[in-house]
Amino acid sequence: MTQPLATAEDVRRIVLEALGDIAPDADLAHLDPKADLREATDIDSMDFLNFVTALHRRLGVVVPEADYPQLATLAGMEAYLMARARP
Amino acid sequence: MGLFRMPSLGADMEAGTLVEWLKRPGDTIRRGDIVAVVETQKGAIEVETFQDGVIERLLVAPGTTVPVGTPLATLVGEEAAVSTTTPAMVPVLEIAAAPAASPPQPPAGAPTLASPAARRLAAERGIELAGLAGSGPGGAVRLADVERAAPRRAAGIDLADMRRAITAAMARSKREIPHYYLGSTIDLTNATAWLARTNADRAPEDRLLLAALELKAIALALRRHPRFNGHNVDGDFRPGAGIHVGAAVAIRGGGLAAPAIRDTDTLGLDDLMARLRDLVGRTRAGHLRSSELGDATITVTSLGERGVDSVFGVIYPPQVAIVGFGRPVERPWAVSGRVELRTVVTATLAADHRVSDGHAGALFLAEIDRLLQEPDSL
Repeated sequence: MTQPLATAEDVRRIVLEALGDIAPDADLAHLDPKADLREATDIDSMDFLNFVTALHRRLGVVVPEADYPQLATLAGMEAYLMARARP
Repeated sequence: MGLFRMPSLGADMEAGTLVEWLKRPGDTIRRGDIVAVVETQKGAIEVETFQDGVIERLLVAPGTTVPVGTPLATLVGEEAAVSTTTPAMVPVLEIAAAPAASPPQPPAGAPTLASPAARRLAAERGIELAGLAGSGPGGAVRLADVERAAPRRAAGIDLADMRRAITAAMARSKREIPHYYLGSTIDLTNATAWLARTNADRAPEDRLLLAALELKAIALALRRHPRFNGHNVDGDFRPGAGIHVGAAVAIRGGGLAAPAIRDTDTLGLDDLMARLRDLVGRTRAGHLRSSELGDATITVTSLGERGVDSVFGVIYPPQVAIVGFGRPVERPWAVSGRVELRTVVTATLAADHRVSDGHAGALFLAEIDRLLQEPDSL
């Protein structure tokens, strides 16, 4: 039996929480969904690795390095995670 | 008998404020144990002891600012302690314990009562404990009180203070150290391919970053080029007792610290990566330990993240060299008579001309290059 996929709200909430832990001073409420996330939130490769680690822990999704480009924007990230995450 | 002193946590530090004692008279301490928390321009630093023993007396009260080198506590050997640690021994300084049920509120001007966790968080967020209404016994400030009072900040560090510390260290560097600068382009194709293969079947928490390979390559190269590892004290070069590479870590909102990874050359890449991850997290949260701040024997800075091709560093005194890595980029590159697409990076060295010359620096950079060509051997 397949579990239902996570909702868009679940994914968005978890993504923003994980980003907030890493970039607490970034204005996440007004983040442009199409903007380059690393640039908009000023996070480096260590931050991004911690972010991907948090996604693994909270959504059970292992994002391979080869897929990192698909996580470049908030919109891309939500689409990517929606297709894989179980609540 | 020994003394536990206010440590020097960098060339720019003259004094520190004792924030909290984590040990009490009668406690046995071992080398490496965290004994106290000290507030410096680099945030609240957990200070470790370098000697074994038993704490006899605490000499300085929390909240007191004292010069570097001031004795903070006296230590006795363990055998001696057995006979002297008796109920009759009264510590000079009583630590405020959690008071019994509903004592009167402390008078104005008395030290504020607070739990260690609350004290730490308040220091982290730059809040005056005295200004908080405590909900604990006797008006003691609890963690929740601090949580309520302070919105979360980017880092538990006073950035204005940190700017002053950076200014002092960098001005001294530019005033005293005759820098010379070298740059070299290193082919990283082998290293990045090795990294991609290694990380492919790893969960995110176990993955390595290129920075770990760079740090290890520098540390191994220093074994053969010890003139770049150590301190220059009053014009005298003192080679480092170990290879403790400082990793420059940018702090959100501005600011920088370069805590050391002790014995970098002896760590496997997984251990090194774990240490780096821990260190970056604690630097940004303002939770560094004393041994991490004063110990670095060289610094590595990597500004490639922010898209620059190269960074020419300013040496952190009393160190004698700083290695910089720019952004790895794909470029058409000549390899064995053919043009290929390769990943390359500009590595730079700024070094102290009082200790080494450009020729030696060139050999050091070449050794780093050679090591990065064989990631398996790192």
